[in-house]
Amino acid sequence: MTLGRTPAGPYLAGVTEQSEHAPDDSGQTFLPPAFQAWFESRGWAPRPHQRAILSKARAGQSALLIAPTGAGKTLAGFLPSLIALAGRKPPRPGGPKRGIHTLYISPLKALAVDIERNLARPVAEMRLGITVETRTGDTPGHKRQRQKLAPPDILLTTPEQLALLLASKDAARFFADLETVVLDELHSLVTSKRGHLLALGLARLHRLRPGLVTIGLSATVADPDGLRRWLVPQSPPGAMAGLVEVEGGAKPVIRILESEERIPWSGHSARYAIADIYEEIRRNRTTLIFVNTRSQAEMVFQELWTINEDSLPIALHHGSLDVSRRRKVEKAMETNSLRAIVATSTLDLGIDWGDVDLVIHVGAPKGASRLAQRIGRSNHRMDEPSRAILVPANRFEVLECRAALDANYLGAQDTPPLGEGALDVLAQHVLGMACAEPFRADELYDEVRLAEPYARLPREDFDRVVAFVATGGYALRSYERFARIRQTADGTWRISHPSVAQQYRLNVGTIIESPMLTVRLARSGGRGGPLRGGAVLGQVEEYFLEQLAPGDTFLFAGKVLRFEGIRENECFVSPAADTEARIPAYAGGKFPLSTYLASQVRAMLADPDSWSKLPGQVAGWLRLQREKSLLPDRDNLLIETFPRAGRHYMVCYPFEGRLAHQTLGMLLTRRLERIGARPLGFVATDYALAVWSLGDMGAMAGNGRLSWAALFEEDMLGDDLEAWLDESFMLKRTFRYCAVIAGLIERRHPGKEKTGRQVTVSADLIYDVLRTHEPDHILLKATRADAAAGLLDVRRLGEMLQRIRGRIVHRALDRISPLAVPVMLEIGRERVEGGASDALLAEIADELVHEAANG
Amino acid sequence: MADMTAPPASRGPHAPACLELPVAGETMLLDPSGVAVLPESRALLVADLHLEKGSAFAGRRQYLPPYDTRATLLRLAAAIARHDPAIVVCLGDSFHDAKAAARLPGEDLVLLSSLMTGRDWIWISGNHDPDAPAGLAGETVSEICLGPLTLRHEPSAGGGSEGEVAGHLHPGARVVHRGRSVRRACFATDGRRMILPAFGAYTGCLNILDDAFSGLFEKSSLRACMLGGERLFSVAASRLRRG
Repeated sequence: MTLGRTPAGPYLAGVTEQSEHAPDDSGQTFLPPAFQAWFESRGWAPRPHQRAILSKARAGQSALLIAPTGAGKTLAGFLPSLIALAGRKPPRPGGPKRGIHTLYISPLKALAVDIERNLARPVAEMRLGITVETRTGDTPGHKRQRQKLAPPDILLTTPEQLALLLASKDAARFFADLETVVLDELHSLVTSKRGHLLALGLARLHRLRPGLVTIGLSATVADPDGLRRWLVPQSPPGAMAGLVEVEGGAKPVIRILESEERIPWSGHSARYAIADIYEEIRRNRTTLIFVNTRSQAEMVFQELWTINEDSLPIALHHGSLDVSRRRKVEKAMETNSLRAIVATSTLDLGIDWGDVDLVIHVGAPKGASRLAQRIGRSNHRMDEPSRAILVPANRFEVLECRAALDANYLGAQDTPPLGEGALDVLAQHVLGMACAEPFRADELYDEVRLAEPYARLPREDFDRVVAFVATGGYALRSYERFARIRQTADGTWRISHPSVAQQYRLNVGTIIESPMLTVRLARSGGRGGPLRGGAVLGQVEEYFLEQLAPGDTFLFAGKVLRFEGIRENECFVSPAADTEARIPAYAGGKFPLSTYLASQVRAMLADPDSWSKLPGQVAGWLRLQREKSLLPDRDNLLIETFPRAGRHYMVCYPFEGRLAHQTLGMLLTRRLERIGARPLGFVATDYALAVWSLGDMGAMAGNGRLSWAALFEEDMLGDDLEAWLDESFMLKRTFRYCAVIAGLIERRHPGKEKTGRQVTVSADLIYDVLRTHEPDHILLKATRADAAAGLLDVRRLGEMLQRIRGRIVHRALDRISPLAVPVMLEIGRERVEGGASDALLAEIADELVHEAANG
Repeated sequence: MADMTAPPASRGPHAPACLELPVAGETMLLDPSGVAVLPESRALLVADLHLEKGSAFAGRRQYLPPYDTRATLLRLAAAIARHDPAIVVCLGDSFHDAKAAARLPGEDLVLLSSLMTGRDWIWISGNHDPDAPAGLAGETVSEICLGPLTLRHEPSAGGGSEGEVAGHLHPGARVVHRGRSVRRACFATDGRRMILPAFGAYTGCLNILDDAFSGLFEKSSLRACMLGGERLFSVAASRLRRG
């Protein structure tokens, strides 16, 4: 982040303003002399959007600023506070200490630290005498205590720390002087449970300080009005903050990599393009290479090094690497001593990354707004175009990249819609508010509805959440005497014991890490000797290690490693001589194809005139499909059936993303089972779904035993979904997350896990008991809502089923079609999750019976 | 993704299939629900019920669903109905703590009493419940012998205990097949000693390859009989994985 580098003069960025009573600004906003002089001494001038925010804040109006990276967003956010603080009278000697004036909240600790450094300069140079401090999970205890007694003027912090501050007994006093809240990277916060927690915290701040001014800073979003409502109390419902929008500067120069090599049908490795990528690194000063998953990062990094004949300094950066390794890479990046860095989304947010002059994006960009974010990384100045190259890993990704490219030029935006507030987060907040001070249910209910995500919360749900916080909220009310919060004679709810507040503090937050194990190099303790620990390489998800056997090799930290075993919370590995890892560890599809891009891709398929923009081999593939079968058009659903190797296949092409397709696959197989098609399995990609069966689905459709319209009828989202959900392992995992956030299960704290499986009760066991004995419990309601929205993409599936009603086109083929090849190649590579594990056990047991019989 | 410790609930009209196995020469019938039956003495053995574990957690303000005792007893009732034993032996840790029996909700107390009616009932004391459960019938002992078998809570150290049947360790096993990991509670036996899985609704598992089991079994003949919905899966130690 920089505070402003554009010289005064003609503005490259256009500004549009919307508000019910937009003050006539026209560049005349008064700047105090010290600020005017400071800007002039640098040959700068405040930009129009900075002035616009300033005049709104002065009028006591909250505002949302939407601007691309590099537009001086942060200065715009802080300028009103800096000017107001600079104009304060000095405190009376011996008078009361002044509290916090401005609160800044960012999703990342690192961002807060960055801002502290960047604010220090103008504050010092103008001699403003303003104190700026951070408060994060890393802030030492003595500093936190001091901050409570002598707060800084501006406090930079995270949503979790705000929740903790609000849950403390002196919260009302601590925030008594608060005037402004600046919310950074708002677009990335609001769609998550962290955003829900923050919205509830903000509601409390609005109650403590009526008239509080909020300033939201955001990248481009699809629905600015949602964010505008989010910033202000929803009383009356629908109230909105003002809007200041900065249009993008120079258009980025983006192209799709043109390779002489053959583009693969499927897969995500992009191996074919490595030599071309290397060539680009050589041609540019600093190249940032983004990939979608950790394993992709590992693979690309390793491949680059095998051909790195010039020994260019190329580094790897992803969230699983050990912190010290990451810091080293970041340092090298800041000092411009790297030529290229391969990174995952850990670098997604707007941190300054030196002088990158090229961004390469490997794999599908999954949504235009993600792409815009990433392109913004290259070249942080608005007045020079940033350059980017998209590298599709397979043929469908070529289509997707093409669509994303068009979308970026068109300025299309497709951030996910803001969802309704989660009930597990509400439970956490209710407990926090009880820790702060006794509350009345009626008042707290009114307060939480000030928060946009909870504005439509039914009273019944609120009351059930309060009952949950008190004693678990079970129909069998047997825990009354152990209550966490109790309603007292005066009608208020209070915590029953000070230790409740301590329990709350240990469990605050909505980020549930999937269990991670430390990866450590084993020092040879001799053959068969005990494993001894060497250097730590980083952390890897427990579920990934579950499938490894000692001796298996996998890619991590840029090396091929041999898995030796697990001791307590550490995974021991040794360097492997192999150049190829045996376990591919692909965890793709994390970011589904956005609805907008999906429709762009379908439109492109339906319009052969647009194929001229595609590489020849991809256009040829589509022509072949047109010849052999049919191309899906913009609104229909193409279904192909064909026999292959003794099985019957059905492939359909909804283009709705892997999650939605997986859900569709689960539901379709249940229905196919019922009509006697004897389905055996299915596989889903971002683009297509393939189901295979013993019965001939094509013939069944021909003789009327199977009706496609009935098979794809929307009512599958009713009972079938419910029935399947209840057995789904995904629901169990979601339940665990909800149970931790809501405070039913305690969080695992680093270093405390050694207590083992027997001491904590597994969330799965709790789920089973609760589902059997109280299926409509509030936490199960929260879990189903979560699963439907996030894990299963039910909404998207529903929209698709509606869209294709009456528009299903079936082609009965005698062999596989060209378009079906990519999804067919995924069969066997993917495991179908949630399948019957008893069947697996039976295979092992029967295998042994076989051995015994023949041995 | 790891599968979960609890097997799917039994479905369908068929009675689950038991597995017959000799332990120290005595025939033992293993039921997929996790109980064992000695046909010779018409005894049903069950380990680690951990009744009222939920309310024990609630005392620390962790409100686990208060239905664990109900769930456990209903499963036990089904097993008793299947085998109609003359004697039921609970192998210790039947109650999660010393006051658990006193916390039993009225309905659950009625259900437990009805199970105990018409048959002998032995409470073997465990580390969680060293004393006789307050207000309940049945006989509390530290161990008993049935034919060649000795029934106690905690397995004695070393491999020399021919005919020992115990609980306490909550044995579980894990296999990896076709890239998928399945973890289940199990009966663990080498033909000389038998350790029963924990039966309680909130009881987890400890892998039988864990250090806590070391020295208890003859490795070459160790088998894990893993619990499935309708049957047991007998897996040799060589196929098992740690973790």
